[in-house]
Amino acid sequence: MATTASHETSHGHHEESFWRKYVFSTDHKVIGIQYGLTSLVFLFFGFTLIMLMRWQLAYPGEPIPIFGFLFGEETMPGGVMLPEFYNQLGAMHGTIMVFLGIVPLAVGAFGNYVVPLQIGAPDMAFPKLNMASYWVFFCGGVVMLASFWFPGGAAKAGWTSYPPLANIETTGQTMWLIGMTFLITSSLLGAVNFLTTIIQLRAPGMTYWRMSFFCWSQFVTSFLLLLAFPPLQAAGILQLMDRVGGTSFFMPTGLVVSGQALDIAGGGSPLLWQHLFWFLAHPEVYVLILPALGIVADIIANNTRKPLWGFKSMVYALIFLGFMSFIVWAHHMFITGMGTAISTFFQLTTMIISIPSVIILSALFISLWGGAIRFTTPMLFALGFLPMFGIGGLTGLPLGLAPPDIHLHDTYYVIGHFHYVVAPGTIIAMFAGIYYWFPKMTGRKMNDTLAKIHFWGTIICMNLIFMPMFIQGMAGVSRRLWDAGAQYTFAEPTLHWNVTMSHAAWLMGIIQFIFIWNLFYSIKKGEKVSDNPWEATTLEWSATTSPPLGHGNFEVVPTVYRDAYEYSVPGSSKDFTPQNEPGEKESVREEA
Amino acid sequence: MEIPYTTTARPDTGLYNAKIGIWLFLASEVMLFGGLFSAYIFLRIGAPEWPGTILGENFASSFDVLSVPIGTFNTMVLIASSVTVVMAWAQLMLKDFKKFRYYMGLTILLAMVFLVVKGFEYNDKFVHGYFPAEGTFLAVYFTLTGLHGLHVLGGVVVMAYLWGPGAKMWETNPQQFTNRVEVAGLYWHFVDLVWIFLFPTIYLL
Repeated sequence: MATTASHETSHGHHEESFWRKYVFSTDHKVIGIQYGLTSLVFLFFGFTLIMLMRWQLAYPGEPIPIFGFLFGEETMPGGVMLPEFYNQLGAMHGTIMVFLGIVPLAVGAFGNYVVPLQIGAPDMAFPKLNMASYWVFFCGGVVMLASFWFPGGAAKAGWTSYPPLANIETTGQTMWLIGMTFLITSSLLGAVNFLTTIIQLRAPGMTYWRMSFFCWSQFVTSFLLLLAFPPLQAAGILQLMDRVGGTSFFMPTGLVVSGQALDIAGGGSPLLWQHLFWFLAHPEVYVLILPALGIVADIIANNTRKPLWGFKSMVYALIFLGFMSFIVWAHHMFITGMGTAISTFFQLTTMIISIPSVIILSALFISLWGGAIRFTTPMLFALGFLPMFGIGGLTGLPLGLAPPDIHLHDTYYVIGHFHYVVAPGTIIAMFAGIYYWFPKMTGRKMNDTLAKIHFWGTIICMNLIFMPMFIQGMAGVSRRLWDAGAQYTFAEPTLHWNVTMSHAAWLMGIIQFIFIWNLFYSIKKGEKVSDNPWEATTLEWSATTSPPLGHGNFEVVPTVYRDAYEYSVPGSSKDFTPQNEPGEKESVREEA
Repeated sequence: MEIPYTTTARPDTGLYNAKIGIWLFLASEVMLFGGLFSAYIFLRIGAPEWPGTILGENFASSFDVLSVPIGTFNTMVLIASSVTVVMAWAQLMLKDFKKFRYYMGLTILLAMVFLVVKGFEYNDKFVHGYFPAEGTFLAVYFTLTGLHGLHVLGGVVVMAYLWGPGAKMWETNPQQFTNRVEVAGLYWHFVDLVWIFLFPTIYLL
């Protein structure tokens, strides 16, 4: 709430200090880039954890060459990973990837940088809250990382933190809960900010129906963040009370651990945690995927040079998806014995929620039909996203029905399923977004050849990692085994895949350095491009290339005259008509 | 470029930014307390008796453990504070800053009365050895009222700021100051409303 009387924010020529401009900035573009860089670091860190684990899975009990000896006696005596440390890595891999990697990248980075530009706003509605949101997120990340150095190490009860296990864990779990409180606060501040910005700060003429699909996806995502995270906060408070205050919210009466009855009051229920947790965590899945769909939709419209097919249906599907995501959570809990009536309800809603996802994906596929497709780098990633997300989505169907889920629950099949959604799905879409908006942020393009190597390397490796997981999962191999399942004879025939998968994972780690190099090299040395290198229609390309940081976005408030994707308008001299271009032939749709 | 609609309403939504912001924030808060209330229902349904045995003594109903008169008094205090916070805002609309200070001060005072009474209630439990760890009923009681108490405390801090140092804005930008009081008031009503649900749920049912 800056005072209107303040003259600071209007384009004065005063110089801001380095700290004010780049570190504690209230400008949405700077904050977006801060979010982007931080979350990319976390993504790579989370990936490093899994690269360590993949050694243990491929060669159980053998010392890790070179890297293994960098760790202490408490975690890797003689370079051999202890089961306790394996569990820490597993829990923190999930937590870091979801809460510190993808969500801040998808929402914090792209949402912050792109949404105000796309709706023609000078900044976010609450710039100071925006800054607070980033720094609270940063503190949450620090707490999470610091937990590795606490006695007993980081949390090891999985990213789902199921009690009673999580309740009797070492201090790392308390740190996890405190870290999550920071992250939830951060996402709350962000969600309020995005929603207010989109509702209040749309430029004149920018009706809801003229917003890009990306803005729509951020809009629905923000609602999910706003309403789904608080129940996890509630659950976190209860678990914190259990751990610190000695209560028994999640501890049943007569609980025996390692042959000893615990000295607790009892009367609680571990199921309660699962309900509260999945009430967040299922909408969370859509928080991960919706911004990715938004990015891909923008890029596909831009590179097929025609409007999205069925834009309105896509938006309705998106809203319906957002709503439905709140009433499917218990499909994660079919084997908890919660009763067939409840199972039936959640199977039904789960089958229903697949419909809007299929509508959006089909609309994107049909959009390709008859398009003059340009195979630019972002388009390559966007096209890669479509079938990968398709595999991820379709393999989820058997998990949404109780009978097959009983067989597949907690196996590698589940891991394969959701990694197809978030890794070759969301992360590939995030890369597409980085390649797509990089010219807007820097005024330069990233190198195409390196990007293509990065694309093919990453997507082939990802498939080599995740496809065999379906085979292992269907054989019944459980997901949380330190020895990868070597103790079970039924797992034997599928275990050789672990070697292939691990090598693919390490290769993919190496390939990411091409991306890192490309990213930093292109900031200074990339090919210079114009304001609108992709010849796109949405508003962010009407702003000057790399809008000056901290000085507003547009010289004058843009007025919007037409829909988001006016490509190849008949009778137009060029194949794209920016949204702020006035003309006789305005948008066909005039409503709302 | 200035950020539009920080003080004036956007014509098509009829709201200024902070007002939408606070409503969204409150929606999130509803989900937070909704989660906790659901947890309460879940645990209560699973409990064989409520409040049940605490420190070897069996209780048939919650008002044997908690004091209903004190809870009722505190409910009245909070409802009164909800009225005074509206009065404070109304005085600003009438451009009467002195009366605003009076009513805002009264609101803060009532909020503090609530917290002090709550403190005595807690203390009374603690001296008898009634801690959150002594069973689900007490755990629910302390966690839910404790979290609500923190919300009251947060409200006191915000309103004290608007009463004290923040009131300087009345000189420079009266419209925005009035908005701030309104937004704080909306939050305060929510805190009041949570208690109105908490009191019967925990004390009476």
